[in-house]
Amino acid sequence: MNHIKRTIAAENHPRLNFRRTPGLVVYLTCGDPDLTTTREIILAAIKAGADVIELGVPFSDPVADGPVIQRASERALKNGTSLQDVLKLAQEIRGQSDAGLIIFSYFNPILRMGMERFCAAAAEAGADGVLITDMVVEEAGEYRRCMDSHGLAPIFLAAPTSTDQRLRSIAQASRGFIYAVSRTGITGQQKQLAGDARELVQRIRKYTKLPVAVGFGISNPEQFRQVGEFADAAVIGSAIVHTIEQNPGRGPQAVAELIGSLRKGGSKAANSPR
Amino acid sequence: MATRAIQTKPTPGRFGPYGGRYVPETLMAALEQLEREYEKARRDKKFRDEFQRLLKEYAGRPTPLFFARRLTQHLGGAKIYLKREDLLHTGAHKINNCLGQALLAQRMSKHRIIAETGAGQHGVASATVCALFGFQCVVYMGVEDMRRQELNVFRMRLLGAEVRGVDSGSRTLKDAINEAMRDWVTNVRTTHYLLGSVLGAHPYPTMVRDFHSVIGHEARAQILKAEGRLPTAIIACVGGGSNAIGIFHEFISDKKVRLIGVEAGGRGTGLGDHAARFRGGLPGVLQGTYSYVLQDAHGQIAATHSISAGLDYPSIGPEHAALADAKRAEYVAASDQETLDACTLLARTEGIIPALESSHAVAECVKRAPAMKKSDILVVNISGRGDKDMGILRENLKIG
Repeated sequence: MNHIKRTIAAENHPRLNFRRTPGLVVYLTCGDPDLTTTREIILAAIKAGADVIELGVPFSDPVADGPVIQRASERALKNGTSLQDVLKLAQEIRGQSDAGLIIFSYFNPILRMGMERFCAAAAEAGADGVLITDMVVEEAGEYRRCMDSHGLAPIFLAAPTSTDQRLRSIAQASRGFIYAVSRTGITGQQKQLAGDARELVQRIRKYTKLPVAVGFGISNPEQFRQVGEFADAAVIGSAIVHTIEQNPGRGPQAVAELIGSLRKGGSKAANSPR
Repeated sequence: MATRAIQTKPTPGRFGPYGGRYVPETLMAALEQLEREYEKARRDKKFRDEFQRLLKEYAGRPTPLFFARRLTQHLGGAKIYLKREDLLHTGAHKINNCLGQALLAQRMSKHRIIAETGAGQHGVASATVCALFGFQCVVYMGVEDMRRQELNVFRMRLLGAEVRGVDSGSRTLKDAINEAMRDWVTNVRTTHYLLGSVLGAHPYPTMVRDFHSVIGHEARAQILKAEGRLPTAIIACVGGGSNAIGIFHEFISDKKVRLIGVEAGGRGTGLGDHAARFRGGLPGVLQGTYSYVLQDAHGQIAATHSISAGLDYPSIGPEHAALADAKRAEYVAASDQETLDACTLLARTEGIIPALESSHAVAECVKRAPAMKKSDILVVNISGRGDKDMGILRENLKIG
């Protein structure tokens, strides 16, 4: 099953194919502490073993985020970081790397730019997909059409509270991979991975062959290893942003160390070539 | 009168292009459950009877429609009537919606209630119904608003609610809603979010409107009884817009009745100095709904200012956005100073001290009435009383 699943994913969006088990998706808020540092951190993260980068667009009202990402957004906005800046950053990264690139945003900055203009710019910048935190499948008609016409993957969230019917719609609407939210709640670290996550991934698999990435609250090698047992990838977000906050002046190095420790403690050897 | 109820929405949750549901996926199941439960409840006679009973016996409905004789004489134009929502239990219209949603929460067996509050009126009303129903209550409030409305903070605590200060962003209503949404995303299985205005994702704008439509329903019967005809215009203040839609809704199909919403004009016309969404706002998505939003060129939500905490919000209920586009309702703004003057005027002509929110509606009445004919009728919704604003009034008015 696994290789079929990945073949399908590879056909559509090759850069969102996870080459290792588990794959590693790294989220960071662009412009925190500044765009130049963000670029260095992203390149260091890719070198250290990140497969996909979620380029977070800072937003004034991040309702789905915990205090760590809220603070990062505030800092980035103080620097004047905009969606245009994030797209420009994506283009710079694409010039130097083949990692998967996702534009990760709340809806309003995209609306303000205009959906068509945004999708065209994201594709032009070399992004592979987009995740809009406050976009659900019911409202996604125009968004999906636009994404599709520019060859971009719309990535939707699936939550432990999502009904089977909703999971089916989410699976149908998603391209690239599905982002399974490990628990009800906002972004942020937690000590233990909820049992919710494993069950959710199993439920999602009934409806799709796309890879499933699990996020929200994953911060240490043990959790990373656990997620690898049942999902295709883990998303590390707040732990990365926290590390950047705690290590002014040495963000790239500190993030590379964090990823190194996850990879060392968390991955099985990349044994099955595909 | 057979032609009463009107559909302003072609699809559930949409008002023209506005409204909808823009939330993290985690909340969708709860919104779907709430929508189902509300649809069932509104068809259930037992639910309607119980809601009506509480409105009457607990909240004190119907509220009077009072002819403001001295204010009318003073302004020298249209006859002015005041819809006295300020006389309701807890001092504002907010209790209507809180009683309705508490009954729904009971049906859904969600006994933990969270709410946001700006001026504190919705927080007080939420704390009140939670005491009445025996629910746990957590109210999120910006620390800036807690400072402006400290008496209401004490009232909520006295009623047994926990008030959590929100220290992010502008530290006002918008940020309290962000924090309430974060709580809801986390505790969605056991918690009902008692949203206090016609904002947020579907079904809130429709449901909250329905719970407040009793205001217009009463006002219509009352003005017909008093004058034998409908009013020339109805004026209400608009923050999220719940009291306004509550009184407007019953009159939407009466095309001759002008509907006038009054936004917070604040201290100036620059972005950040007011909360007049129709004067500088653009369609956008904030906190679950698509409507007019005060924002910058990059889609970041703008700061707002108003002397009244309850109108200090960068977006507006989606049904108002549709009414504005359709030109069925018109939206104007009153400045902080006009509001203070209007508050004082009503206090001295009628012995009624309106809340600063409601004083915006009075201010528009003051501007408009003198130019109208004596045969014209103005109905002004006095959505709340001014007791909570004594601190701000004392700071701003040079009296004695």
